Amino acid sequence: MSYTHQGCPGKQLALERYEQLNTYIETLHIVPDNPRRKDTLIQTLHKAQGIFGYLPDEVQHHIAQKYNISHAEVSGVISFYNYFTTTPKGDVQINVCLGTACYVAGADKVMQEFERVLDIKSGEVTPDGSFSIEGLRCVGACSLAPVVTVNEKVYGKVQPEKVPEILEHYLTEVSATGDASNDQD
Amino acid sequence: MTRINSQQQLLETYQQVRPLLNLRLNGQDVASSERTIMVCGGTGCHASESQQLVANFQALIEENGLSDSVQASVTGCFGFCEQGPIVKIYPDDVFYVQVKPEDAHEIFEEHILDNRRVERLLYTDPVLQERVAEQHNIPFYQPQQRIALRHAGLINPEDIREYIAVEGYQALGKVLTEMTPQQVIEEMKRSGLRGRGGAGFSAGKKWEFAQQYDAPEKFIICNADEGDPGAFMDRSIMEGDAHTVIEGMAIAGYAIGANQGYVYIRAEYPLAVQRLRRALDQARELGLLGTDILGSGFDFDIDIRLGAGAFVCGEETALIHSMQGERGEPTTKPPFPAQSGLWGCPTIVNNVETLANVPVIFTRGADWYNSIGTETSKGTKVFALAGQVNNIGLVEVPMGITLRQIIYDIGGGIKGGGEFKAIQTGGPSGGCIPSKFLDVPIDYESLASIGSMMGSGGMIVLSDATCMVKFARYYLEFSVEESCGRCLPCRVGTKRLHEILVNITEGRGTEADLVELKELSEIISDTALCGLGQTAPNPVLSTMKYFWDEYVAHVHDHRCPAGACEKMLNYEIDPEKCIGCTACARVCPVDAISGQVKQLHTIDQVRCIKCGACKAKCKFKAVNIN
Repeated sequence: MSYTHQGCPGKQLALERYEQLNTYIETLHIVPDNPRRKDTLIQTLHKAQGIFGYLPDEVQHHIAQKYNISHAEVSGVISFYNYFTTTPKGDVQINVCLGTACYVAGADKVMQEFERVLDIKSGEVTPDGSFSIEGLRCVGACSLAPVVTVNEKVYGKVQPEKVPEILEHYLTEVSATGDASNDQD
Repeated sequence: MTRINSQQQLLETYQQVRPLLNLRLNGQDVASSERTIMVCGGTGCHASESQQLVANFQALIEENGLSDSVQASVTGCFGFCEQGPIVKIYPDDVFYVQVKPEDAHEIFEEHILDNRRVERLLYTDPVLQERVAEQHNIPFYQPQQRIALRHAGLINPEDIREYIAVEGYQALGKVLTEMTPQQVIEEMKRSGLRGRGGAGFSAGKKWEFAQQYDAPEKFIICNADEGDPGAFMDRSIMEGDAHTVIEGMAIAGYAIGANQGYVYIRAEYPLAVQRLRRALDQARELGLLGTDILGSGFDFDIDIRLGAGAFVCGEETALIHSMQGERGEPTTKPPFPAQSGLWGCPTIVNNVETLANVPVIFTRGADWYNSIGTETSKGTKVFALAGQVNNIGLVEVPMGITLRQIIYDIGGGIKGGGEFKAIQTGGPSGGCIPSKFLDVPIDYESLASIGSMMGSGGMIVLSDATCMVKFARYYLEFSVEESCGRCLPCRVGTKRLHEILVNITEGRGTEADLVELKELSEIISDTALCGLGQTAPNPVLSTMKYFWDEYVAHVHDHRCPAGACEKMLNYEIDPEKCIGCTACARVCPVDAISGQVKQLHTIDQVRCIKCGACKAKCKFKAVNIN
């Protein structure tokens, strides 16, 4: 799940990703008429989201076909679980923990500050696709409350004043790879 | 290591690996130059770069050619997360706190090479203002009794040999070679162990139900979908002692006649998943999982299933649906999963902490276990202590301890010297307990009788800075978001409760709202489909019961006593500081500010929508919030 959406998938890249997904699905030995075949569906969706960054319709159709189930069933499962997303996230994914300990320590103010600085709401992506913000339920690092995770990195005891500092760090990173993501679409 | 084929071979292996822990278990011979450095590898400390700390120690050991006498390794969560990352040195029992990767050098030079403690990294007792060197002398640990967390801080969770060295898998060996499934269930019932996931049903009785059904297939599921915000004990056990859970599951499998187990674990816990995977591989390699375990003829294996972020999947019927690759919606009980669960087969769903208690019941006996705790609740309970308390962390205490002991003796009192207001237990299904109940001995029944519940063990301490109405709103927001939508009382009811609470906290509440809040809460409790819906109004009911005056203050006086509800605050202009620059009046979206140039401005409180734009704009800090 370390993959981050890097802008242009490109045809070649998309093919490689489908191949990667197919290789995983083959190891599951799905039997098309086995009534229990769906028991690995959620693992496969995790895998697919790790590969593609999100779960667009085409990927859902592809998975439905492999499992010999309808697209509606796949879509129903995806929409039920918070972890799955059908829209791409930013290159830099900011998650603000909204667990109780973080809430009591003022996580809502940290969230507001991220929203204010980036000028997007929780659940949205900046127009250039670099940043997205989301609320996250307890990561269990309550001693570090309020906690913010950015991609894989955990930031503890984050106060609203620290928000611009965190963003600046990633801003330099984004602009360094900016050329690659500008020529998308 | 080679496969272990019998109970006899297991005991031989135990004798072989036992010396690995000599320094840690027999301690105190500090004259020798041998040392073991254990570094906390729980998620909290991991986030504070404890991994780098271990690497630094290992590099130093290597550089100094001390690999034969000094070891550094990662271990399970010590629980004292507030002070993390933690480093413990055996056999001295010296406990270093808030250690940074760069401190490794100093600890190594001073402590390991020169046998002198690094005073500045020792824990400081906040009351006595004295340094405390040994773990057992730190007040945080003194009232604790560690059973489920017995190996945290002692063994390396990534090495099965260390688990075997603490008599690991011997309970399974004993059960498989000396006991019938019926005897196992009797022993479990006698121990008095009750489900640690929240509801507190007798674990032995649950197993007995599943055992009674004759079915070609049965399943054991370990519920590690710890969705309660603010609770992290299951994650710590998985990260620090996964083998104990595996052993507990295998014993349960033998008792009910299941050959397959599953661990349903949150995808948000990558470290726990990784450690569990490794533990499963090691157990399989030694033949402690798989076919013909210890030559007994009993087959048992375990697979992992990842959750995908749905709180309701902690409910056992919803969890089973999720494992079948469906939407994780609950269904009515009966039939209970013990009769018809996964794929319609008898299935036991036990919580992580429950299973972690199982092996020790068989190595030390049910009589020993049931001597701990209260009349109705036996053993210990792990709590995740968090919120406005000085010592945030994981604590394991015998049932029957009081909340006062937990908050003040272990927790070190309220953060920042604030006043205690309430303690919230049981997460979104629980309630808030006010100070008058601080001396109630806690067990399943006593917590329920004061309007809360044991829950999975989250404990959030609240100080006088918390508004209880807003806090109830926070939990309802959670319930609205996490309601699966299957039944109407929960889907629509929680939404409506949340709307009323928003109105009250934004100063638009009426007396009729208070009546409706209570009635609606009771209706949801009575009519929702599953446990989560039925308990979702608890945060409202308990805060209304114990903090009624705060609700009244919001509705009648349009005032938030804790000063936490922004919309109820009044923005006022300080006549001393205002120079009449008109900046605030120009930025006000509702034209609520009046005043001439170079004269004092005033805010019309009726028009003001409390957006805060004037405060943000004023360069002279003349806008105050009251």
